[in-house]
Amino acid sequence: MVGLVVVSHSAKAAEGICEIAAQMGGADARIEPAGGDGDGGIGTSAPHIREAIEAAAGGDGEDVVVLVDLGSAVMNAELAVEMAEETLGAESEVRIADAPVLEGALNAAVNAAGSKSTLESVVEAAEEARDYRKLS
Amino acid sequence: MADTETQREAVLDAIENVADRIEAEKEYLTDLDSAIGDADHGANMSRGFRAVAEKTADADDGEVADLVKTVGVTLISEVGGASGPLYGGSIMSASAELSEGITAETSVAFAEAYLDKVQERGKAEIGAKTMVDALTPAVHTYKKSIEQDDLPPLTALAKAVDAAERGVRFTVPIKARKGRASYLDWRSVGHQDPGATSTLFIVEELLATAEEYLEGDVDVDAASPDVPEEEPTPEDD
Repeated sequence: MVGLVVVSHSAKAAEGICEIAAQMGGADARIEPAGGDGDGGIGTSAPHIREAIEAAAGGDGEDVVVLVDLGSAVMNAELAVEMAEETLGAESEVRIADAPVLEGALNAAVNAAGSKSTLESVVEAAEEARDYRKLS
Repeated sequence: MADTETQREAVLDAIENVADRIEAEKEYLTDLDSAIGDADHGANMSRGFRAVAEKTADADDGEVADLVKTVGVTLISEVGGASGPLYGGSIMSASAELSEGITAETSVAFAEAYLDKVQERGKAEIGAKTMVDALTPAVHTYKKSIEQDDLPPLTALAKAVDAAERGVRFTVPIKARKGRASYLDWRSVGHQDPGATSTLFIVEELLATAEEYLEGDVDVDAASPDVPEEEPTPEDD
């Protein structure tokens, strides 16, 4: 099963999004929050995101899709992916989805719960959320 | 090339000088950042470099490249926001260029690798009112001074400092296109970029440190002294 990481400037936002996504993704979903600067403040932290990626990959080398909010979240997530790839080795592939963080996380969780889901299908599902309209 | 021990000592001096300078300029950087950003650049950078100074204070053996890598890794974990990955991440990757120690040649490779990584990570081109505007002229001037003008590294570094100063001034009258300042759009015009400014401070401290270890003329500016009399022939690339 593909693991998910939700990165937000706010630890509460990341946890909340994980809660909503986990409800859609079923009991087995592996969704890890990585919110805040790692020190209780607003921000993002590459080492913090890296830990979440490693947790989402589990011991069995699953692939991981990362959802991010804005600005420095993207840069810190990119750096965290590079750092995690060194420790995870070639077995796990980690990809950042170019998607809105909440809607993308929901879509990704639903797709990841499917028996045929792959890294590509989860990323694609997350990125479909870019086109969502809410009032039409 | 100086022996590894002297190089390590020089790197440790540079770390201390940069940490002290950033600490002294903390308020100034914060003031610059409150005008067009989120007012945390001074505090973030000073926390980061203080942690680096503490972490490396006892480094009395090991390779110079590993020491420089530690600087990057520490900045990544201590500096919040975009500065952690930009300064720390770029130092971490560029440190690989120093695996044979610090020479004129490897220092150019380090500077280029650092600039490339900052641009790649920040996706900022020159003229976007970012640290790239100070860093690009500094790195280009350093490389040209060493590789084409055969200047001593200390003199090349002094020229790079002048180039970075010009770059910092260039950030004042232009509109931000990257980072948080870009949300201010036209209101960002007339303000100096904090990242370009802290980049200048770092390069200035590298020069101050290098003066203790190297010989060369430091009373120079980035302009080429000789204006060619004939039209230069375009280079083939």
